[in-house]
Order: sequence, then C-alpha cells, then structure tokens
Amino acid sequence: MLWPRLARALVRPPLTDPAPAVSADVVQALAERLDATAQARLGRSLAIRQVDAGSCNGCELEINALNNVVYDLERFGLRFVASPRHADVLLVTGPLTRNMREALLRTRACTPDPCFVVAVGDCAVDGGVFKGSYAVEGGIAAALPVDLVIPGCPPTPTQLLEGLLALLDAQATAKTR
Amino acid sequence: MTAFDLIRRGAPQDCRPWTRFLLTRPQWGALAEALAADPAPELMALWAEPAMIHAAFRSPAEGGLLLASCPAADGRFPALSPARPGAVRFERMLHDLWGHVAEGAVDLRPWLDHGRWPATAPLSTRPGAPPFPVPQPEFLPVEGEGVHQIPVGPVHAGIIEPGHFRFHVQGEAVARLEARLGYLHKGHIGLMLGKPARAAARFAARLSGDTTIAHAWAFAMAVERALGVAPPPRAVALRAVMCELERLHNHLNDWGFVCNDAAFAYPHARCGALREGVLRACQAGFGHRLMMDRIVPGGVTDDLAPGGAEAILAVIAVVQAELPALLRIYDSHASLQDRVVGTGIVAPDLVARFAAGGHVGRASGRGFDAREAIPYPPYDAWPPEVPLLETGDVDARVRVRIAEIGESIRLVRTLLADLPAGELAVPLPQRAGEGVGLVEGFRGDCLHWVMLDEGGVVRAVFPRDPSWLQWPLLEAAIEGNIVADFPLCNKSFNCSYSGVDL
Ligand code: SF4
Repeated sequence: MLWPRLARALVRPPLTDPAPAVSADVVQALAERLDATAQARLGRSLAIRQVDAGSCNGCELEINALNNVVYDLERFGLRFVASPRHADVLLVTGPLTRNMREALLRTRACTPDPCFVVAVGDCAVDGGVFKGSYAVEGGIAAALPVDLVIPGCPPTPTQLLEGLLALLDAQATAKTR
Repeated sequence: MTAFDLIRRGAPQDCRPWTRFLLTRPQWGALAEALAADPAPELMALWAEPAMIHAAFRSPAEGGLLLASCPAADGRFPALSPARPGAVRFERMLHDLWGHVAEGAVDLRPWLDHGRWPATAPLSTRPGAPPFPVPQPEFLPVEGEGVHQIPVGPVHAGIIEPGHFRFHVQGEAVARLEARLGYLHKGHIGLMLGKPARAAARFAARLSGDTTIAHAWAFAMAVERALGVAPPPRAVALRAVMCELERLHNHLNDWGFVCNDAAFAYPHARCGALREGVLRACQAGFGHRLMMDRIVPGGVTDDLAPGGAEAILAVIAVVQAELPALLRIYDSHASLQDRVVGTGIVAPDLVARFAAGGHVGRASGRGFDAREAIPYPPYDAWPPEVPLLETGDVDARVRVRIAEIGESIRLVRTLLADLPAGELAVPLPQRAGEGVGLVEGFRGDCLHWVMLDEGGVVRAVFPRDPSWLQWPLLEAAIEGNIVADFPLCNKSFNCSYSGVDL
C-alpha cells in the first residue's frame, strides 16, 4: 500500500514552496550584532529551540507548519531541536506569563552562547492583547534581550521563514565582512 | 427529590436560553448530596463571581442545560467535588482566582496560582499578598517498591504548550501521572471584564488559538442570547463553514502527529500537506489562515472572499480523495497498529462521570456532540452524524476523528451549496442580559457564559474549554502503560493547555 505511493512520489514535482525573499535591512542589522566568533561557531545552519512563554497556541500551530513538506524548514539548514543545550536560537512565543518567567530564564541559561532570542507573535513583542494583565510581563524583552521580532497574530509560516532566513543571511554577511 | 428538582426550587434568574436558579447555601448543600446519590446529572462547568458560585449541569434525559448558583459572600460554599470528580480542578481554580473555599473539597492545592502573581485571588474584591518564598508544588504521593519519579516540563521537547507532568513509575509502567498546569495563565477573565462585548470577543478568540473559531462563536452566541438578538442566516452559515474547516485542519494535524509519535512518518507528512492546503483555502476564503477574529458578537466581520468557496471546495475534494488511501495505510501497518490499539484506554464509566466531551467522550461511549444533542443553527437543519466507539484507546480516538473529517467535508459542501444571501451582522443593542453559548469545537463542547450590564459591558464571564473535563482522564489513560506511550496518549487527547489555564 505504502510502497507504490512512495515510488510515485519520487517522480512527482516536490510539494515544497520556493524560499521567500529576505529584507536586506533586517539582515544588515542582525549581521552587525553577530561578531566573528559567533559566526565561526554557528556556520550556516541553526538549531532552534522553541519556547512557549504564554502563547494561545496559535503561534505554535504556525511554527509547527514550518516542519511540513510545503515549507520544509530543514532544507535551509534550520531545524528544531529537543534540548536548549543543542540550540543556537530560542524562538519564544507568548506575552511571557509570570508563571513561565523562571522556566524561560532557565531555558536560556541552558542554551550555549552565542544565542539568538527571537520573539514570535504580537504577544511576544509587547504582550499584544494581553498587555496590562496582572498575569503577564508584557513581552519576551521583559526577561531576555531580544535579537529579532517577528510580529503577527500569528505570523504566517512564510513570515516566520523570512525572519529565520534573515538570521542565516546575517551569519553569511558577518563572515564576508 | 432529584438534583434537578432541587435546583428548580431556587429563585429563577433571567439567563438565556437556560434559566439560572439562585439557591440558598443549604439548598446548594442538599444539591451536593443529591448529586452524590444520583450519578446521572452531568457537571458541565463550575465558575464564580466575587460573591457567587455558578454551575452548569446537563441531564442526558432532558437535553439542554440547567444552571444553579450559590451565594458565597464570605468566600465559602459546599464543595461539589465529593459528588463529581470533574469539579476538583474547577474548585482549585475558584480558590486561586476568586479566593472561594469549597468546604469539604477533595483537593484544595493551588492550581493556576503558582505564587508568582502580584496578588493572590486577583479577581476577588480583596486580593491578598503573594506568598514568599514562592511555594514548591506538592504532588500526590505514591508508595511501593522501586517507585521513582520522572519530572517532565514545563518546557517540552517538541513544539507544544508548556505544562509539567510528574510521572511515578515502577519499572516501565506508569503508576501515577499528575499534571500541573497553569503556566499559561494570562488573566483572560480579568481582561474581558469591563470591556464591551465586541472588544471582549478578541480574548475569547485567543483562549486557545487552535479553537479560535469555536470559542469566538460560543462567546458570540452567549452575548447574542443575552441581548435577545439573532445573527443573520448568512453569518450563521459562514460561522459553521469556518468551524468545520477548523475541525478538519485540527483533526488532520493530530492524526498525522499520532502516527509521528509512533515513529511512522508517512501519514504525518501527508496530513501536514493536506492541512496546509486547508489553511491556505481558509486564507483565500476568510483572509486569515486560522480565521481569527472573523466571528464577532452579532455576526461575522467579512463575507466569503471572491473565489473563496471554490478554493475551499477544491481543497476538501483533495482531502476526501486521499482519505481512503491514508486510512488503508493506517490500518495495514502492524507496527503502527501495535502502538495505538489497546494503548491509553479510558473506561466508559470514567468518561461518563467526568462528562468528557469531544473525541475523548465519543471514543469511550459518551455520544454527546453539542451540534446534535443541543442543536443550534445551522446544525438544527443539518445535523451531523456522530461517530461513537466504546474501546476508548488511542486508536478509537483517532478513528472518531477520521470519521469526523468525513462529516466536516460533507457539512462544508452542504453549507456552501446553500449559502443564504443577506446581511453579515446585526447591531448589538445596549442593554443588560445574561446568556450561555455552547458550540462543538474540534476538541469538544465550548461553553461560554456572559453577563452584560446596562451599558453592554461585560460584568461577569466564564469561558469553559472542553479540556477541563478531559485532562483528568489523560491521567487515568496512561496508568499501567509504559512511559514511552505517553506522547501517543497525550496527542490522541490533544487537550488544550492555554484553554484551561485561562
Ligand atoms: S500573537 Fe496571536 S496567535 Fe500568537 S500567541 Fe499571541 S494571541 Fe496567540
């Protein structure tokens, strides 16, 4: 049952979308923040650890979609890892609830340097609709320095991909400087 | 006297469409005793205001809900948890948010309050000082030879929501699992209070992002019923189209993930591709992949975009065409079947005691589906066929969802073929009212209760995600299974963390 389908898939065109374009400004800004040692260690691939710091799960749905065959994140050298100890990037969502603050800080403490912190979604940028609640800190920057924000509610997989590719390009730019 | 007769002796309050009866405290105490004697009435929700406790019940024999209230000006009320195990987490939540103490409760350990908010009982009229130092969580003890603990979370290995799971394990087998949630508490109820209904709807839509449609609809329905207005027929049909598409994309996603958790990648890849197609059709039809904020009290914000219906019909045809082949693959691989059949069984009597809805209930013999049992437009005209299984294992939950994918496809086609013309929304009158909305989302029944004051502003509200009554059953499902099967069990439930953390 499965084998004929797999065989047919070999001769079909791929389902995967072409890569999105990346904003030169963002790449430049990120490259400036990367020093030579950082890029030497990171190379042109990034291991990503996702942390939900209070999201409604909408952002997680779209981050998960990056792994499907249509976006196929791994073709860019980007992959999600299970442990922060293996990660170069923390992809953080949610308005940062007070109940998640310690867990986020501990996750960051487990992540080796250099480490990019990317705030994903309007909530992660500044608390979004949850701004002002007694239970949230109002964005990831309240606990950690943020290198890149990807706004949206939730950002689409294409927007997420643009942001992550900018990180990769920033490394390449830093290398040639 | 039956529990329902006792409730009806209370003072009737004008809540629509189901009257709420205000009991005295002794009457509520008698109700708790009557419930202990009669297992039939189901506890659907338990929530509060600063000086009042509310509960929603359902009698399978009568259809519809019955609401009861108990005054709690001094912050105390007789507990329901000795009679209804589903009340346990609600009572812990009532204590954490409003400071109400359930007298005689089975369990009063903190739930949402981890000791990190600026005040305790943040929704009460007398918030207290937070504890110092931050208290350590307490877990129920397990005794026996060689029992050890495995703590997992709140940050998990996958891209999922945060929560802590404490396993007590003997050898390979799980002796007890206890979940500790609350990490996602964002203060939803506090944020909705004092806002006009339209503004509060944005929070209902973000209670649980994967169920944004069903929750936004249930909230809108509660507001519309409170104000005595009906959304126009076109809005009703569009809401149902969105809700069925939401069911479709989530069921596809979770089916794929269950296979993936059994290390069988092909269905995961295919389901992911099909689901992506559905989300793109949603974007084409409704301008947002998850269709967030499209449902508002009074109707919907946008009409179906030109070409949207064609995009949706095209994608559901693709899904429908591939379903039989996917199902054959799911059925015919012993390595996969070995993992899902007989794993994570939930007994029918347990599901009945907790009144668990959705695929968790329907895989274990509880056939409740709000679309069919307490129909609301447009399902009164187009009732779905509700799949029902008894085995209660991971496989049964998956099969219920596969059957529902087919039903959703059929419903979307029917609805789009006969889309009524006309307005998209009605204006909301500015007046006071109280209402309940009940909508079947992909996880189960979403129940929203709202009370508006004269200015049309939210005075009290409670959004109840179906997962409140499903989470406790996950702890029962994993008992005696091996730790390695936990991801499978968890994904077959796919309870919402954000939805219950409020
Ligand atoms: S940005 Fe939007 S989708 Fe993402 S967590 Fe916040 S409310 Fe949910």
